Amino acid sequence: MTLRRALTATPIYVILVVIGLFFLVPLLWPLIASFNPAATLSLQLPTNPSLVNFTTIIENGTVIQPFANSLILAVSTMVLVIILAGLAAYPLSRYQFRFKKLLMYFILFASALPVLALVTPLYAMYVTLNLQDTLFGCILFFVASSLPFCTWLMKNFLDGVPVEMEEAAWIDGASTVDTLRYILLPLAAPGVAVVGVWSFLGAWTNFFVPLIILQSQNLLPASVSIYTFFGAYGQVNYGQLAAFAMLYALPAIALYTLVSRFFVRGVSGGLKG
Amino acid sequence: MQTKAQAISIEATSPLKRSSNRQNKRIRIGLLCLAPAMIVTFVFMIGPALWSIYISLTNMSLTGAGAATPQWVGLQNFIQVFHDGEFLGALRVSLTYLVFSALIGQAVLGFLLALLMRKRNRVFKAILGGIIIVAWVIPDVVAGFLWSTFLAGGPQSVLAPGTLNVIMQVFGQPLHAWLQDYPTVMIIIANIWRGTAFSMMLYASGLESVPDELLEAAAVDGAGPWVRMWSVILPLLKGTIATDLLLITLSTLSDFTLVFILTGGSNASTELMTIYQYRQAFQFYQIGYGSAIALLIIVVGAVLSLLYIRLLRIEL
Repeated sequence: MTLRRALTATPIYVILVVIGLFFLVPLLWPLIASFNPAATLSLQLPTNPSLVNFTTIIENGTVIQPFANSLILAVSTMVLVIILAGLAAYPLSRYQFRFKKLLMYFILFASALPVLALVTPLYAMYVTLNLQDTLFGCILFFVASSLPFCTWLMKNFLDGVPVEMEEAAWIDGASTVDTLRYILLPLAAPGVAVVGVWSFLGAWTNFFVPLIILQSQNLLPASVSIYTFFGAYGQVNYGQLAAFAMLYALPAIALYTLVSRFFVRGVSGGLKG
Repeated sequence: MQTKAQAISIEATSPLKRSSNRQNKRIRIGLLCLAPAMIVTFVFMIGPALWSIYISLTNMSLTGAGAATPQWVGLQNFIQVFHDGEFLGALRVSLTYLVFSALIGQAVLGFLLALLMRKRNRVFKAILGGIIIVAWVIPDVVAGFLWSTFLAGGPQSVLAPGTLNVIMQVFGQPLHAWLQDYPTVMIIIANIWRGTAFSMMLYASGLESVPDELLEAAAVDGAGPWVRMWSVILPLLKGTIATDLLLITLSTLSDFTLVFILTGGSNASTELMTIYQYRQAFQFYQIGYGSAIALLIIVVGAVLSLLYIRLLRIEL
């Protein structure tokens, strides 16, 4: 019995390993080259691996300003989205009204539309409002475009907090603020985490919007900065470029790992219903 | 502690009026909570969307005649778009890219992975799943950069051979300038690499709700693995499939960064509609025309979405 199961399982493992290699191999070069002071485009194990690529780009300031800009954009977006989406999701979750299901589908649909089409008129609008070439302008757009999906996510998570708990707290004399602090937030914490990470990463990884809206060199976030660094083809230090890419990608991987457990729950919970 | 005045005023209102007051208060609080989010969304998302409709009906541009006094040109931009060979080419490229990398590539591969990973060793699942998800989570720019280096080099190139060419060398196969020789195929493969994780997660979650007993019962009744797949699993997953196709279609239609970084927007056979729109609006400064193209991208997305909803509901 076990032998038969092993016989059917092995080819499956082989297929999975082959597929896994397809996904792994492109990732290898930046990983290895970032530790290689004499890196070229070829995949070669470093003769004397060191962290010098990382230390150089941090010390000579190549990454400090762009990372700071990216951080400002991402954190501001995250905080604003959590507050606004959380606020908006509460009535959507707790109160009953006729068009609720339709509204939720509409919100989900709206969040999937190609937002990129909006950047052109956004640029024209910002020029009039004098918001172009400002980080604040970018933040406002990031928040606005994250809100539909994040509100939808937050509503699904709030649905998982039973109203009875809030009502019990009210009966015991808790004020709105108290209920928020001691009941809602702790129980909806996974939702807050997912929404926070999602909006943070949306702003951290965004390339197109800052490319269009920002012109000043010192305002560029890491996503655009790495592109201009990389565009200078001939004279590029590939090791440093790989190190830059690794540093930039690391927060995305780390944050996603933290909330991955809750993410699928939130998305599929809302879709099955 | 209630003052006498409060006590009297509460007694003076009838129960009916009290509950409708509470209802009104709820509505007011609800609207107040929704307001900030709606204001921001309207001003910075719906506003520009509406304005883009207006701009697309003018000849607005950032330089030249259209900059000083943008004039109303009605549907001229749209008519021009349909006669524009380059746009029609971009439409074809976008649709090819969509069908092969998303609908066939990501969805099928994601489904296959979800299916095959169902009862595997937990450590194995974690490692393999982790790798696939890393490909999805890293920023677009890094993914584009990764694939540029992966596909680099080739017989005429002055640069050292990239990883794929190194692998070719190891197996004694000829080197290629991959992005130059097979541009469309390369961007499709790169996008499959990038986005499969999402479909995989969606299908894995959907498969969890397929009860094992059902499959076992089918097996006992003599249904082979293929029959089990078509007659049991797929019908149960109809909703998940529809959602997945919908979401990845809309997301792939707005893909820009990955392909832009790989090709620099220069090659006609990899010029997606989004890249064409970018070039019209920001390289040639034809904002009016660019907006018209952008709107058409949204329309294509909406049409495809309606198509999915129709198709998959009828089959039910």
